[in-house]
Amino acid sequence: MELGFGSAFDAFREEVREFIKGHWPPADGNFKSHENERAFVIAAIERGYMHRSIPKAYGGSEQPSDIVKAEIIREELTRARAPSGRIPGNGLVVPTLLEWGTEEQKQKWIAPTLRGDIIWAQGFSEPNAGSDLASLRTRAELSADGSKWIINGQKIWTSHAHKATHMFCLVRTEPDAAKHAGISYILVDIRQPGITVRPLVQMTRQKEFSEVFFDNVEASADMLVGERGKGWNVTRSTLKHERSGIATMTWSLSMFRDLVKLAKEVEYDGAPAIKNPRIREELAAIEGQLLSLTYSTYRATSHDVHDREIGSFQTMPKVYMTELAGRISKLARDIVENDFVDMGGERLKWIERFMISLSMSIAGGTSNIQRNIIAERSLGLPRDKTQGAPA
Amino acid sequence: MNFLLTEDQLALVDSVTNLLRDKCDPLRVHKIFDTPGDAQFDAELWSALCAMGVPAIMVPEEHDGLGLELVDLAIVAEALGKAVAPVPFLGHALATLAIALGGSDAQQGKWLPRLASGEALATVAFCEGKSGWMPDAWTLSGPSLSGFKTLVPNAAEADLIVVGTADGLALVEKGAAYSCVRIDSADRTRPVDTVTFDGAAADPMPGDAQVVTRLMDAAAVLLAADCFGGADHCVTMSVEYAKLREQYGQPIAGFQGLRYQLVAMALATEPSRGLYWYAAHAWDAMPDKASHAASQAKAHLADTYLQVTRDTVEAHGGIGFTWEHDTHLYMKRAMLNWAWLGSPSRHRLRAADLAGW
Repeated sequence: MELGFGSAFDAFREEVREFIKGHWPPADGNFKSHENERAFVIAAIERGYMHRSIPKAYGGSEQPSDIVKAEIIREELTRARAPSGRIPGNGLVVPTLLEWGTEEQKQKWIAPTLRGDIIWAQGFSEPNAGSDLASLRTRAELSADGSKWIINGQKIWTSHAHKATHMFCLVRTEPDAAKHAGISYILVDIRQPGITVRPLVQMTRQKEFSEVFFDNVEASADMLVGERGKGWNVTRSTLKHERSGIATMTWSLSMFRDLVKLAKEVEYDGAPAIKNPRIREELAAIEGQLLSLTYSTYRATSHDVHDREIGSFQTMPKVYMTELAGRISKLARDIVENDFVDMGGERLKWIERFMISLSMSIAGGTSNIQRNIIAERSLGLPRDKTQGAPA
Repeated sequence: MNFLLTEDQLALVDSVTNLLRDKCDPLRVHKIFDTPGDAQFDAELWSALCAMGVPAIMVPEEHDGLGLELVDLAIVAEALGKAVAPVPFLGHALATLAIALGGSDAQQGKWLPRLASGEALATVAFCEGKSGWMPDAWTLSGPSLSGFKTLVPNAAEADLIVVGTADGLALVEKGAAYSCVRIDSADRTRPVDTVTFDGAAADPMPGDAQVVTRLMDAAAVLLAADCFGGADHCVTMSVEYAKLREQYGQPIAGFQGLRYQLVAMALATEPSRGLYWYAAHAWDAMPDKASHAASQAKAHLADTYLQVTRDTVEAHGGIGFTWEHDTHLYMKRAMLNWAWLGSPSRHRLRAADLAGW
């Protein structure tokens, strides 16, 4: 059993640091410029530090899988606040293209996606197709000459739709086929007439996601990924990637560090809140859960790398972290007391987290859907008959 | 990063698990549990475990041990917890470790080979009063000890007691001036005694306070491992029952209310495996993190185990509330694990202190 990286990797870390130092912060000091970010990402791919699992032929850096190196790179990028090269939607579409795309599609789409020249939104959910995604109704019809698809309908909860240039969508192409058999996976340029993006205001007051309306939107015939009517299978690889959730642990860790900091700086009955026995104990209890998540994640990753079965933990990180984030934000609430109601005050971040922790129980498969998955895949319980296809 | 068990460790768990399957089936545990009078241990099972080398795991090779680490002992503790094995493992393993860590050459030479083979049985006496588990609460002192220790595992059967005193650890041999009264403990798989020392001759161990801390931390890890094994078994048992038991014309596993209860149990249990592994590994390889990790593991796993046993009763309905079912064996084991070495609250506060909060 061995944790940590070992001194063999010190040289590698030094190498990564030197590279970052040479490229970031950008010469003109503009952190927000897309051009600067793009240049950094291209240099990092070139050097083998980014998109390591993607073949060079498609614009990746094609490095041998090494979780330790990957983790060191991630840490050093975070430390330098350098671009991570990760764009949420893009991370979902690339594995799908690699698995299901034609050679032409891979050539055309993957490299610009990795460089961030294309930004993808996910077009799955619809007003009447949430957890029961396969009941979606947005339809695509092939034009008479077979050259393009004409798409009509509506998507919802589309994150970053206003930033996106393209959308990977599930659409109904075979209206007469059975529920799951009538769906196709298609790529759509959403900077075209017929697309209307209407931002939705979240309870946090932020506009992170939108409704997207399709009114005779066009996509050329070669934008369909996988076979026509087989979109449900194609999308399952996307969902799998979205739900593996290994990276989520670090997010919880940083939220917890913030919580400890908060408990140290906020006064509670004349002393720092962290000295209050109840707060102190709850903080330690949360840390116990966090350590469980952290080391089970290390365990799972190690097993994965060594081709050993991860076991029942595989399906658990998302809902575990969701519950943990709720618990963290509730203790923050207890610490800040009256500041908990003031959205114009200095504790806004924690009010937002109190709410955002709820969005985690909804986005990317609700916690109840996650529980169904745990029940079936990890506990081997018989399938819930009312649900249709396997979770 | 290689956070996984080696082939040797997997083989060790396998052989202990196979032995337990043969010699420690639930019926046998119930039989030990139901033996009238004071709680006993399963001598045949214990000698089989000794023959397999379980007590020798952390004994150095020069004293006829296997020279392995706490991780190895902890994965065995998990297997024993899974089977609610009625053997004096906890006290014996800790007493053995105490001598290996802090005994004089003479003490080690005299005791370690006999403890490693199981020829002699040893235990540890820590707690004074209602919750005086930690060294700062220990009042017995001097070359002849007088006073009380409680929740001492198998003191009546032990040939040797490692006693926590105000001056450190001391060895008290069978025949010295002490008497044992068996507590009517809920957990009849691991009998515990109150020991009254009345001028008992004690042989002090030279090890310093660090040895005592290491010992307490190892105790916390072994308890956490036992908790994990028990909780994991409870989840499996509840899931299997739900697949079998039919109501309204179908297995109850089909009802979402119960399914989510089972999922909650699994979600509480499975991720805590990483925590106890980490605590064991920290003890072996990252001494500066060991105490914090050990207390976190003990607190989290003891709470989790006890709750999961309650959920297990609920998942079984009426049969789960009966004496003849296995559920109460696990709940009672969880109860002792919860109290022994101090409650989860106390360990969380210790962890908070150690974190520098």
